Amino acid sequence: MGRLSWAAIPFDQPVVMIASGTVGFVIFCVLALVTVKGWWPYLWREWITSVDHKRIGVMYILLALLMLVRGFSDAMLMRSQLALAAGHAQGYLPPEHYDQIFSAHGTIMIFFVAMPFVVGLMNFVLPLQLGVRDVAFPVLNSVSFWLTAAGVLLVNVSLVVGEFARTGWLAYPPLSEVAYSPGVGVDYYLWSLQISGLGTLLSGINLLTTILKLRAPGMGYRQMPIFCWTALASNLLIVASFPILTATFAMLLLDRYCGFHFFTNDLGGNPMMYINLIWSWGHPEVYILILPAFGVFSEVVATFSGKPLFGRRSMVMATMVICVLSFLVWLHHFFTMGAGADVNGFFGIMTMIIAVPTGVKIFNWLFTLYGGRIRFTVPVYWAIGFMVTFVIGGMTGVLMAIPPADFVLHNSLFLIAHFHNVAIGGVVFGVMAGISYWFPKAFGFTLHERLGKAVFWCWFVGFYLAFMPLYVLGLMGATRRMQHYSNIHWQPLMLVALAGALLILLGIALTGVQLAVSIRQRERNRDVTGDPWNGRTLEWSTPSPPPAWNFSHLPQVGRADAFWATKQEPVAAEDRNAKRTYGSLHIPRNNPTGVYLAFFAVLLGFSLIWRIWWGAGLGLLGAIVVGLMQAWRTDGEIEVPAEKVEAFERIHGVKGRAV
Amino acid sequence: MSAAEQALVTSDAVPLSLRGPAPTRVVAGYGFWLFLLSDIVIFAALFAAYAVLSGENAGGPTAAELFDKKHVLIETACLLASSVTCGFGSLAVQSGDRTSTYLWMAITFILGVTFLSLEVSEFSHMLSIDAGPSRSAFLSAFFTLVGTHGLHVTIGLCWLVIMLLQVATLGFQPMVSRRFFCFGLFWHALDIVWIGVFTIVYLGAHL
Repeated sequence: MGRLSWAAIPFDQPVVMIASGTVGFVIFCVLALVTVKGWWPYLWREWITSVDHKRIGVMYILLALLMLVRGFSDAMLMRSQLALAAGHAQGYLPPEHYDQIFSAHGTIMIFFVAMPFVVGLMNFVLPLQLGVRDVAFPVLNSVSFWLTAAGVLLVNVSLVVGEFARTGWLAYPPLSEVAYSPGVGVDYYLWSLQISGLGTLLSGINLLTTILKLRAPGMGYRQMPIFCWTALASNLLIVASFPILTATFAMLLLDRYCGFHFFTNDLGGNPMMYINLIWSWGHPEVYILILPAFGVFSEVVATFSGKPLFGRRSMVMATMVICVLSFLVWLHHFFTMGAGADVNGFFGIMTMIIAVPTGVKIFNWLFTLYGGRIRFTVPVYWAIGFMVTFVIGGMTGVLMAIPPADFVLHNSLFLIAHFHNVAIGGVVFGVMAGISYWFPKAFGFTLHERLGKAVFWCWFVGFYLAFMPLYVLGLMGATRRMQHYSNIHWQPLMLVALAGALLILLGIALTGVQLAVSIRQRERNRDVTGDPWNGRTLEWSTPSPPPAWNFSHLPQVGRADAFWATKQEPVAAEDRNAKRTYGSLHIPRNNPTGVYLAFFAVLLGFSLIWRIWWGAGLGLLGAIVVGLMQAWRTDGEIEVPAEKVEAFERIHGVKGRAV
Repeated sequence: MSAAEQALVTSDAVPLSLRGPAPTRVVAGYGFWLFLLSDIVIFAALFAAYAVLSGENAGGPTAAELFDKKHVLIETACLLASSVTCGFGSLAVQSGDRTSTYLWMAITFILGVTFLSLEVSEFSHMLSIDAGPSRSAFLSAFFTLVGTHGLHVTIGLCWLVIMLLQVATLGFQPMVSRRFFCFGLFWHALDIVWIGVFTIVYLGAHL
């Protein structure tokens, strides 16, 4: 069994055993419930093997919500440890455990919370906004999702079997080399991210092809909704940057498994090369996450102001400028490398320049709101909370773009406050806005409004309480990744930060309550029109939830805000009475390839982590067999008869131009 | 869509971007192009690593001492020739000519295998004189860059066998032709990468 033995399970650590025991019990209960109720066939048919982009999008978001709970429990552990461990007190987490917690927190929040949230939203929304029936490669889409899920599983297995990396979320060498991290922690990190990274790359290729090659007739780039534009930029960045991550991790794996010398201290290895390479992926990654969030805010602000987006062209320009510039700023993550004044100066200035298009966007949203008939719904709360918060985060970012200032603030809690400022204030707020905005489209009823606002206030106030003290602490000299501090004057601010984290915890709990209450009251909040917000883009022209084929007739697009334009047109009497003619439609058939591949990917990854070579061979062989079976499948599509389509549209009162 | 509208949409009067969803053939080819671009980014990272580490021989053998230009020239000739035969094979696929598909693709396969065996002989020679990848950072970068290309060629050869089996069992269905088209793109892309390897690694060693 390679390195695997019973010693891998940390029986001596009560915190870990209780946590994993509880998780295991909950999983067991859920599986038992599903089995007893006989839900497996339904789950298998409608979700697990589904290749419908809407179902896959929803599964991505569920996965992200689940992992948010995991990542946030790590955050609570860190905040409570730091609230206690001042002066002579050592807190309750020993350093080697604390190191695993901050590494897992960062890894999970970026790769398994923010990424699936954003990819999930894009998956759900893009084909509907583009007015088409599915993504370019539906089966590949399912494969992407299940590979992400495989990565998630491996990360969580590390909680119980073995350990996780103690290297921080980017696993810098030489610390992450075998000489200093001989355990399986870094291997868990590397293999789970290689597997899920492959999923992300495939999903990027898929969505990029969808945007560039599959749009409704008449939808050129000038008519394309802003969310699609931001998704275009984001997926371009995925395709251009995720391969760098794959290659960099492959080099570190070769160092660890085969004794290569890419990043070692000896025989000519160069650890700084890893740091350059990883940030050539890492900085675009920041924009992969934030650009779709900008897209969500653009849709939300325009819809709830009842106006077209102000400065649509400048918004598109700003998005694409950010897309390009995001590859030219990576070095600001390590000004202290010692590249010299010229190089640091270049990257400092580039970093300040990238703030300009972001500023353009802020003004576009403000001027869209200005003079609009604003409806203060939950998504608008998130949008306004974002604008206030993100501007602060952006300004502290520009501050740190000045290399001398960065030398002082590098590795301090000031930096932690800055990137949480933009990650929570930007990405999380954006995703929350997107979820409450598109939830009725996905499920056919709106979310509970007042609970939604309560969730917003918890996050908003909680964020300021938790992170403003960290700015101050950072300026006072507190560093990141410290498990204990001797200066007891820092403790009061640490306690405020803990209070903020507790408030965010309440917000996350209230999200659960909001979901439960909304589901119970779904009949009261039913969206029968398909257009609960008086929307502007094509997704609101479909029934909620949309049928598997999205559109029986592809919409004809004349201008941006296509659905809004249609609603303004007077319908001629002969059009109103004319009958639509229906033909049968072809939609992709369910396909278990994704889930099978994920099974073998987990087997392969786990075996490689523990050096169980026969298991790795089995995993690889299984994946190849599954791939070959897919290659010989010729029944990829099923036909939906015309009568079924017509019956569906009659029931849901779908109106459209007679054709 | 009325017949008149349909005609308008497909005519040249309407710009390509406004004509609605592209046909499957175009979509599949485009997606594969994007995959190839991402694959080339992987090679770009490996080239960058090689450029940084190529002088770090840690007292071990240097590039100029190790590489045999004549050997590499034969390798290059095999790979470039295989691209030509692959091109003829693709034409045979387009015209649905089964015999010439088998013929040209078999030649492509043989040339690919020759390339690979020359590479393996080079690698095993280096390993035998204690110039393996763990000897120095330079050799780590060399084996990874050239080895990754070799791995791609290996995958390409397996893919080619699978495609020939698909032609034998499924015939020239649209699905099979699309995949053959993608295989062609893949095979040519490996050539482009090899030109980079040949220039930067092998010729660069003697600069």
